[in-house]
Amino acid sequence: MNRYLIPLAVFLVLVVFLAIGLNLNPREVPSPLIGKPAPAFQLAQLHENGKSLGRQDMLGQVWLLNVWASWCVSCREEHPVLLELAKRNVVPIYGLNYKDKRDDALAWLRQFGNPYALSIVDGDGRVGIDYGVYGVPETFVIDKSGVIRYKQIGPVTPDALQKKILPLVQQLQQS
Amino acid sequence: MRVLLLLLWLPLAVCAQTAQPTPNDPVANKRAVHLAEQLRCLVCQNQTIADSNAELAVDLRRQIREQITQGRNDGEIVDYMVARYGDFVLYRPPLKGTTLLLWFGPPVLLLLGMVFLWRYLAGRRQRVAQLPLSAAERSEAAALLGNAGEGERK
Repeated sequence: MNRYLIPLAVFLVLVVFLAIGLNLNPREVPSPLIGKPAPAFQLAQLHENGKSLGRQDMLGQVWLLNVWASWCVSCREEHPVLLELAKRNVVPIYGLNYKDKRDDALAWLRQFGNPYALSIVDGDGRVGIDYGVYGVPETFVIDKSGVIRYKQIGPVTPDALQKKILPLVQQLQQS
Repeated sequence: MRVLLLLLWLPLAVCAQTAQPTPNDPVANKRAVHLAEQLRCLVCQNQTIADSNAELAVDLRRQIREQITQGRNDGEIVDYMVARYGDFVLYRPPLKGTTLLLWFGPPVLLLLGMVFLWRYLAGRRQRVAQLPLSAAERSEAAALLGNAGEGERK
């Protein structure tokens, strides 16, 4: 009896490990920036080149930083979700236009709609590196004191918005 | 004579080259490549940023070169990357609480396997030694060994 039980038990343990491994998403690498102050930046605005926006301008409110680009295919996937969210006026979305051309970015927003309170331009991707961006789109939830609370890697899905982002935003706004 | 005078300037030119590490400096170059080979590209995760042609890898290689030019040491540059992308960016993960299983899991498994195998083999040897032959087996063995064995004994 033991002769069959032991290999069976070993096999089952292996199955459990492999099943867990297969269901993890290797593209989602936990960010070390969660719970840390958002890195400083001072970047030109997309629509008004002469004006800039910095991290300190954002203090005192909960906001979303959405990293996007006109060349990014998955950005189109999440775009309707962001437009819907912007309409509801719950939380301001700021766009970080990552390694893009200004004309392309502006044309993209004209074509698909603009959910952003403001977009800022990170032409050479340096601020992106400071934020640990490696797969556009990415979305950060940043609290009133400028601390990163959550990072969504890849498109914001309606599911992620309802279950994670919005409850967290509400909780942060109340605190 | 003019050539000789010109030659006198040569050592100065060499000094100017070694004074600050530029991207053309072989030592800085070697350091940059060495660092890039230790860091994982997060876009194509099984490549180092030295091997990858993803845009992020190009940007990170540029970062490494810039920081070498600024006089940062290797540890500072690696810390810079880890602060942004986490331990996952390191091909050689650090030894700490969460990575104990990663570091010691395989050797522990190997040891367990060896102990298991050793006990199994020892047990089998004992079982084989203790097993007495039946009369039929004894005569079959004698037949197989044949006359050669008996002949030698004679």
